[in-house]
Amino acid sequence: MAETYKVAIIGSGPAGSSAAARAAKLGMSHILIERQDHISDTIFKYQKGKFVMSTPDFLPLRSDLNFQAGKREEILDVWNNGLENCEVNVKFNAEVTNIKKEKNFTITYADGETCEAENVILSIGLQGNINKLPCEGAELPLVQYQLDDPEEYEAETIIIIGAGDAAIENAVALSKQNTVIIVNRRAEFARAKQGNLSLITEAIEKGNVEAYYESSPIKVEKDSITLKTADGEAKVPCDRIIARLGASAPRRFVESCGVDFPDKEELKKDPKKRPDPRVLPEVSAQYESNVPGLFIIGALGGYPLIKQAMNQGYEVVEYIGGNKIPPADEPLLVEKFSALNNQNVDDVLETIRKNLPIFAKLNTLLLREAILESNVHAFKKGDTIFKRNDYSNTFYTIYDGEVGILVDPNDPSQVVILDQGNFFGEMGLISGRRRAATVKAITNCIVFETPRRTMLKLIQSVESVKDNLDKVSMLRQIQTHLAPGVDASDLQELIETAEIENFSAGDVIFNQGDEGDHMHLIRSGSCTVSVKVGGKDVVLSYVPSGNYIGEMALLSDQPRSATVKAAHNTQTIRLTGKAFKDVLKKNSGIKNSVEKKFKERISQNEKMEGQPEAGNIIQFLIEQGVGEGTDVLLIDETLCIHCDNCEKACAETHGGLSRLNREAGPSYASIHVPTSCRHCEHPHCMADCPPDAIHRAPDGEVFIDDSCIGCGNCERNCPYGVIQLAAPPPERFNLFSWLLFNKGPPPGDLRKSADYKNKKKKDENQIKQAVKCDMCKDIEGGASCVRACPTGAAARVSPEEFMSMTSLTS
Amino acid sequence: MHESLLIYKKFKYLKLTLTTVILSVVLYLYHSPIGSPNGGTWLGYTLGTTAALIMFWLAWFGARKRSYKKSKGNLEEWASAHVYLGLALVVISTLHSGFQFGLNIHTILYFLMMIVIISGIIGVYFYLKFPRLITKNRNGLTTEMMLNQITEIDEDIRELSMSLDDFTVDLMTKAIEETVIGKSFIIKLRGVDPDCPTTLARKHLRETFFSENKKTAEQLLSKLTRKEKILHQLRKDLKMRSLLQIWLYIHVPFTFAALAALVIHIFSVFYYW
Repeated sequence: MAETYKVAIIGSGPAGSSAAARAAKLGMSHILIERQDHISDTIFKYQKGKFVMSTPDFLPLRSDLNFQAGKREEILDVWNNGLENCEVNVKFNAEVTNIKKEKNFTITYADGETCEAENVILSIGLQGNINKLPCEGAELPLVQYQLDDPEEYEAETIIIIGAGDAAIENAVALSKQNTVIIVNRRAEFARAKQGNLSLITEAIEKGNVEAYYESSPIKVEKDSITLKTADGEAKVPCDRIIARLGASAPRRFVESCGVDFPDKEELKKDPKKRPDPRVLPEVSAQYESNVPGLFIIGALGGYPLIKQAMNQGYEVVEYIGGNKIPPADEPLLVEKFSALNNQNVDDVLETIRKNLPIFAKLNTLLLREAILESNVHAFKKGDTIFKRNDYSNTFYTIYDGEVGILVDPNDPSQVVILDQGNFFGEMGLISGRRRAATVKAITNCIVFETPRRTMLKLIQSVESVKDNLDKVSMLRQIQTHLAPGVDASDLQELIETAEIENFSAGDVIFNQGDEGDHMHLIRSGSCTVSVKVGGKDVVLSYVPSGNYIGEMALLSDQPRSATVKAAHNTQTIRLTGKAFKDVLKKNSGIKNSVEKKFKERISQNEKMEGQPEAGNIIQFLIEQGVGEGTDVLLIDETLCIHCDNCEKACAETHGGLSRLNREAGPSYASIHVPTSCRHCEHPHCMADCPPDAIHRAPDGEVFIDDSCIGCGNCERNCPYGVIQLAAPPPERFNLFSWLLFNKGPPPGDLRKSADYKNKKKKDENQIKQAVKCDMCKDIEGGASCVRACPTGAAARVSPEEFMSMTSLTS
Repeated sequence: MHESLLIYKKFKYLKLTLTTVILSVVLYLYHSPIGSPNGGTWLGYTLGTTAALIMFWLAWFGARKRSYKKSKGNLEEWASAHVYLGLALVVISTLHSGFQFGLNIHTILYFLMMIVIISGIIGVYFYLKFPRLITKNRNGLTTEMMLNQITEIDEDIRELSMSLDDFTVDLMTKAIEETVIGKSFIIKLRGVDPDCPTTLARKHLRETFFSENKKTAEQLLSKLTRKEKILHQLRKDLKMRSLLQIWLYIHVPFTFAALAALVIHIFSVFYYW
């Protein structure tokens, strides 16, 4: 009979090691079982020297092992030493093949040996179950599923299979001294992070990496791979194949232990359906699965971050030892909830889940995280929560009390009341535009304000959040922009038949001459309307979000009179013609306003057809990406005297480094679009900023704060090249000190001065930070580039205003 | 959205200037001093003080233009006022003089000031004329793009000329290495370089008969012609951009001279009272 442990920990990653260290410290009888001959195989297999981050920063670490952001090697050393010091009982080279529960758990190893334990902690992660090449030859020696050190290889032909971040990072790193071919199953690299997307696009454009799109491997031989491509089969000779196809939960093994997956019932109903590899087993707040005594932590439990996993390891062992300690973030939540008369954290979370439908289906850990990143506000009756035209994009949920939305700016008596459980502020979040209405507290109330980034993450990862948000926001958008004053019940059919559609830049929403049986309400992004005149596209207008299109064909029962294209990434609500016409029939007020707009559009289109130049200007500006901006610097070349005072002003107000390049950038019909930030509706630079250093100020300025770590993601992500990484500038003196005593560099851009160049050479290794236009938000009077223009050539405009017909044809 | 400094805020400063000027003229006509009109009467002092204040204020424009951070408002408004009030000085200071001119510091000040004003008028004229012409001449290209095109053409020229005779190679090398865009001040302003090595090389190539390598010579000729065209464009661009600045080389030094003369003028008037 083998020994019976109090706890057996399977998998020695961050979660498992931390649990084992805790058990050892508590003097609990334990065993840490590891398949490999070293701990933490996933991190062990990271690229050599890889820098490991310690996010989320706000979360305190609770473990007997130490962990700080740093290099892979240092972190592994610290853990190895830690385990040794705690005298953890580790069993290496032991693969678990079966776990059976009777009174105790019986754990069977691959060699047939067994051991018994009262509790089991499953912390095996996902990387132990790497997805293999789905073809013959997947186990041949030239195929590998990891890359340790890219420098190790040179002058080889290496095939990378996959299109995710790991595949791209490997491909780019290897391309320095090898011939690299990346094989992508799809037509584009959609799964990768923006920064990596730019890296791979650049590498492919430069010819450093060759890409095979819409291709998949069908056979591997000892020195070649056969690919199925869009043009047929191709046999590619190669020295090495690196497949980075991700990993998935070892579902069969976990299920064999008796653990249920949440989609079990669905799969039973529909036996043809294949299990979704992203679905993970469900666990309690104490990480216990449906099998009592079997705990699941770490990536397998849905928590891939190292620090979270380590905390879970600690907590779960404490729990097994009979100490039900609150999670590490508990004190932070207690502080968050201090406005709620010191209610118990669990009670508040339970109330949230019960009363706030948008968060109802989040698991406890996700919910805690979302709330931790949110702010809790207690507003007094009559307080303004945000104002119409504020440029904020946070999301609010009402925990308690009532708020009122002032829907009509001209009539403060028109108020829509929202009570507990409702959310608001979603329109700004979706459209990336200014707040559409003012919101006030009607009673004393408590609301949660969740940041844009957290919400976007939830929308992407949790289906129920997205569904809930889409449903409610669709109704509100229709009520705001199309059918004001119409009751929700009258719009039911319209909403039920409506769909959300996505378009990329240049995609056709509908074509001239098409049958018009539906219309679109633009939720985010913007479109251009054009007609074909003599075989050429003539642009008639620019339509920003918050407007509807396609109503003309519906009302007139004629084919589409114009083509509508997305100016950039655009999302619309597609409304069916029949349902819309029914709404019109019942509501004469709306019918009148839609018909009025219809007439306006016809007369506007007639005018614009006679002025193709104005349309060409719109087309030009859209091509320059101005359409997605909120505030764009445009220079009138008939007035610009090339004095560069705008650049000098920019440099002078920003420590000597201009964020604007006047001369660069294209011109059309005397309108010049210099290289300068246009403060996009959905800023590309914000998409992937590790320290979350990029924000939008209340007036709309997108700026970078001091927490920038200089990683360069934003620089790569900006399609307009307006972000630079720059070392801090040298000290400057005032105009007269320079003029009379030659003190410091001359006014204007330092990059042109010798002082700066010398300094730059000296501090080659200095930490750089990203700099960009912040629209002089800290300076009274507005953007200094515009204020410093002596001839009135420089102006900052909102595209919506500038591309309106009155502005272009006057 | 964009508004020229001359029509800034519906000619706000033109209106202000006209009012001041008309008021001065009316007062001048109405005023009947003892003896001939001069700077020493109450009106003379009033006009003189006004003119002196305007002059100091106009000169402050140079500092205002470079004060980016602290100053409020926009520079265009200052520029608009600068232009119109500068013009007002012509009338105000002439009336202040009572049309008495002579060989003295006072008249020197008057002429220095007039040089500043006339150079300023020329400057405004340039500001109105050249921006359009620069845009037209550039035809959508930036200086950098044009220079890059030349670099590319130069590479082609170097390659093509390799198979030709030594003399021609030498000329081509000169065309590549010694072609300068703003060789001297005069050439900058003329916008044409009569001794441009590229032009010389093209002329030579056209006049030389190549029995062999005819095709290469033709290709080379077309490259040189293309390069000349871009050079012409660049020189014209530089000429216009230089003219946009050149008037300042008179306007600014004479401003300082006029200010010095103004100080002496005021000092001497009171000292010799």
